[in-house]
Amino acid sequence: MRMRMMKMLLLLGLCCGPVCCGQNQSDPRDQRVFPVLSVNYDYVQMPFEVSLWILLASLLKLGFHLLPRLSAVVPESCLLIVVGLLVGGLIRVMGKKPPVLDSQLFFLCLLPPIILDAGYFLPLRPFTENAGTILSFAVLGTLWNTFFTGALLYACRPAALELLPCLLFGSIVSAVDPVAVLAVFEEIHINELLHILVFGESLLNDAVTVVLYHLFEEFAHAGEVTAGDVFLGVVCFFVVALGGVLVGGVYGVLAAFTSRFTSHTRVIEPLFVFLYSYMAYLSAEVFHLSGIMALIACGVIMRPYVEANISHKSYTTIKYFLKMWSSVSETLIFVFLGVSTVAGPHAWNWTFVTITIVLCLLSRVLGVVGLTFIINKYRMVKLSGKDQFIVAYGGLRGAIAFSLAFLLSSDDFPMKDMFLTAIITVIFFTVFVQGMTIRPLVDLLAVKKRKESKCSINEEIHTQFLEHLLAGIEGVCGHYGHHHWRDKLNRFNKRYIKRCLIGGERSQEPQLVSFYNKMELKQALMLLESNSSANLSTAVTAAAPRQRSLKTLNISKEREEEIRKILRANLQKTQQRLRSYSRHTLMPDAEDDWSETLLKKQQEEMERRMSNFLTVPAAPARRLESGERLRSGSFFFSERSAGEVNARRKPSVKFSLEPPKPPRGPEHLLEEDEELMHRRH
Amino acid sequence: MGSRASSLLREEDIEEIKRETGFSHSQITRLYSRFHSLDKGENGALSREDFQRIPELAINPLGDRIINAFFPEGEDQVNFRGFMRTLAHFRPVEDNEKNKNLTSGEPLNSRANKLLFAFRLYDLDRDDKISRDELLQVLRMMVGVNISDEQLGSIADRTIQEADTNGDMCISFSEFTKVLEKVDVEQKMSIRFLH
Repeated sequence: MRMRMMKMLLLLGLCCGPVCCGQNQSDPRDQRVFPVLSVNYDYVQMPFEVSLWILLASLLKLGFHLLPRLSAVVPESCLLIVVGLLVGGLIRVMGKKPPVLDSQLFFLCLLPPIILDAGYFLPLRPFTENAGTILSFAVLGTLWNTFFTGALLYACRPAALELLPCLLFGSIVSAVDPVAVLAVFEEIHINELLHILVFGESLLNDAVTVVLYHLFEEFAHAGEVTAGDVFLGVVCFFVVALGGVLVGGVYGVLAAFTSRFTSHTRVIEPLFVFLYSYMAYLSAEVFHLSGIMALIACGVIMRPYVEANISHKSYTTIKYFLKMWSSVSETLIFVFLGVSTVAGPHAWNWTFVTITIVLCLLSRVLGVVGLTFIINKYRMVKLSGKDQFIVAYGGLRGAIAFSLAFLLSSDDFPMKDMFLTAIITVIFFTVFVQGMTIRPLVDLLAVKKRKESKCSINEEIHTQFLEHLLAGIEGVCGHYGHHHWRDKLNRFNKRYIKRCLIGGERSQEPQLVSFYNKMELKQALMLLESNSSANLSTAVTAAAPRQRSLKTLNISKEREEEIRKILRANLQKTQQRLRSYSRHTLMPDAEDDWSETLLKKQQEEMERRMSNFLTVPAAPARRLESGERLRSGSFFFSERSAGEVNARRKPSVKFSLEPPKPPRGPEHLLEEDEELMHRRH
Repeated sequence: MGSRASSLLREEDIEEIKRETGFSHSQITRLYSRFHSLDKGENGALSREDFQRIPELAINPLGDRIINAFFPEGEDQVNFRGFMRTLAHFRPVEDNEKNKNLTSGEPLNSRANKLLFAFRLYDLDRDDKISRDELLQVLRMMVGVNISDEQLGSIADRTIQEADTNGDMCISFSEFTKVLEKVDVEQKMSIRFLH
């Protein structure tokens, strides 16, 4: 069929050719032949080149992971810069001018995905517990770095620089860069505390950097600095930081509120998350507020509510899109850094560059040590020398510094090229030297690594228990501390905010129960995917690996196979239905059909029948319940539906069904389990 | 503010409390004034009603249990010594103490003692085991009234299943400790007693 059509088209084309030619030949002046195949590159040039760059970046990422030896020694960021250098060199050799990392492109397109990814998945508990430390490193540390570097540069007078350009340079070069930190720290897996300290600092110092940058730029323009200007600068800092957070918060609340109503249009749920966040960033940038803080605030605020409202599929989509975009952005940033190095106009000044590098390192070390000395007086878990070393050593500079320098106008700052060269050198130094050596140093100093923790319902329960306990004890002491305010915030959240922003029943669901449900869901999907040949009951307890002789069930192999087949068939049907495909609707989610009355009726019927068959004594019933429930194949629905069925006669086995399936399925399951029950007694 | 109250507290008492609990002088006096302000009956000891008057405890889901933790077995009054002894569990662990060799055995604010305090809050009948019912009670207090018994039961079962290593369907103290080994108990169970 297709072949025939193609042949016909080809024939038509061929016919048109001579026909048009024939027509043209009648006009002797116009001798052009109708072009069957022509090239029009200009039409697609822009998108084509963009896609080519992104493709290159992605292929590079692919390539690095095929060379495990290399990626174990050299962090990815270094390799990408090297590739960028090569590509830049190649373009230069070909005679064209290599593209420079355009600041607008960087700040508006490449940076937001990375920051949103970081902000949305920010581990909130360690962040808030260390908020004081992080803020002091971000604000005070950056201020110290700026003034120390700027003042000493001025004192050394490497190129007859004035004070203000020195300070401006100091402010650009002293900011720890989140992209570089993420890129390097991702691979070394240090413990959560250090990770959140350095990473949190790199995010929050944006406010300081923005203010200082604009401040010094304005002053350099104006030429004169008064005390009033300095005071305004301080006020500006608060406006920028708090304004950014406010803007982000507003958009976050809007996003959460919107997600409340998306239960009928699940397809576009992720889009709301992305759009609101991006709008928050752009709105903050309009007013010269801190866009990064806006983005973080938006992500942090909207996350708990959005996650309660959206479907599981949308959650997965958001997660993977964010990871994908941030990954591509990061790759592109480093590649472009390399290319820009080859491209940009350079003004190499040995003294300036060496002094800069030395001063950066020195100011960082002094700043961290000094601040930690003060902070440790207020911390409960003190930062040890090792921790301080890692925090100091992890202060990497990156593309933000480069872009900020690039934005400087050459008229006001004739030494812009020298600045750029110095900044590139500093970036290279930190990323290559510090980035490559941090991993062996971490191993050498035996810094605590991140503990691979599975989510544990025990930890969650006990942590919440301890939080309540501590809030109470603080009440007894009359001490309004950390726990007291957190408790108050939680209560406020539960009473007022959750009601507004979370739709439907989920607004009343306590955190513990939603955590438990998520865990069960994860385990159910894991069980399905593992497809192991182990005994069903041992597969269930694979999550808690201990010998459970009490729980092993004596099922014959065929029976086991049958059960597994049924489970798989029914669960797979949820995932693979492609009967009708429409761009605008997804197949109804398993979770969406909760309030179906049909389901309720079937459940009640099922339970009635089950309780008739069972005469399970009290003690073993408990063992049975959890085991049976998990084995019933619909375990990840059991908790929700159990809550809905108000039968108070204490049925000894909880059952729940999957959403509208061919009625055969559940009955079969029921029969299987009935027989299992009988076999036990 | 503090001087009138601290005049009722003798120096020897302060020294003894210091030795027993590890609090500093200023912390003890500060807490004594708090003790005094809670003690409406002015008889040098707190009763349950005094604790229940504290607003934060009234709205705390674990309020009753916390109050009970202050009172030793079977007694209805707690004096200042007992008050401080309970609060000593929440003192932050200091680095120099880790190396100090205290003659009185393990300090009250060591990790093990903190965990034991928390464990005793679960384990009401003091049989050194958290049974399913005790766990259910605590869960019910924390989660509120909207969740059904069955759901709570399944959460409790899952919790016990995860923690139980010897198969007795209860959580013993060692199992409790093991489950919380990844949690930073020293930080989570400490309150900064500022001057």
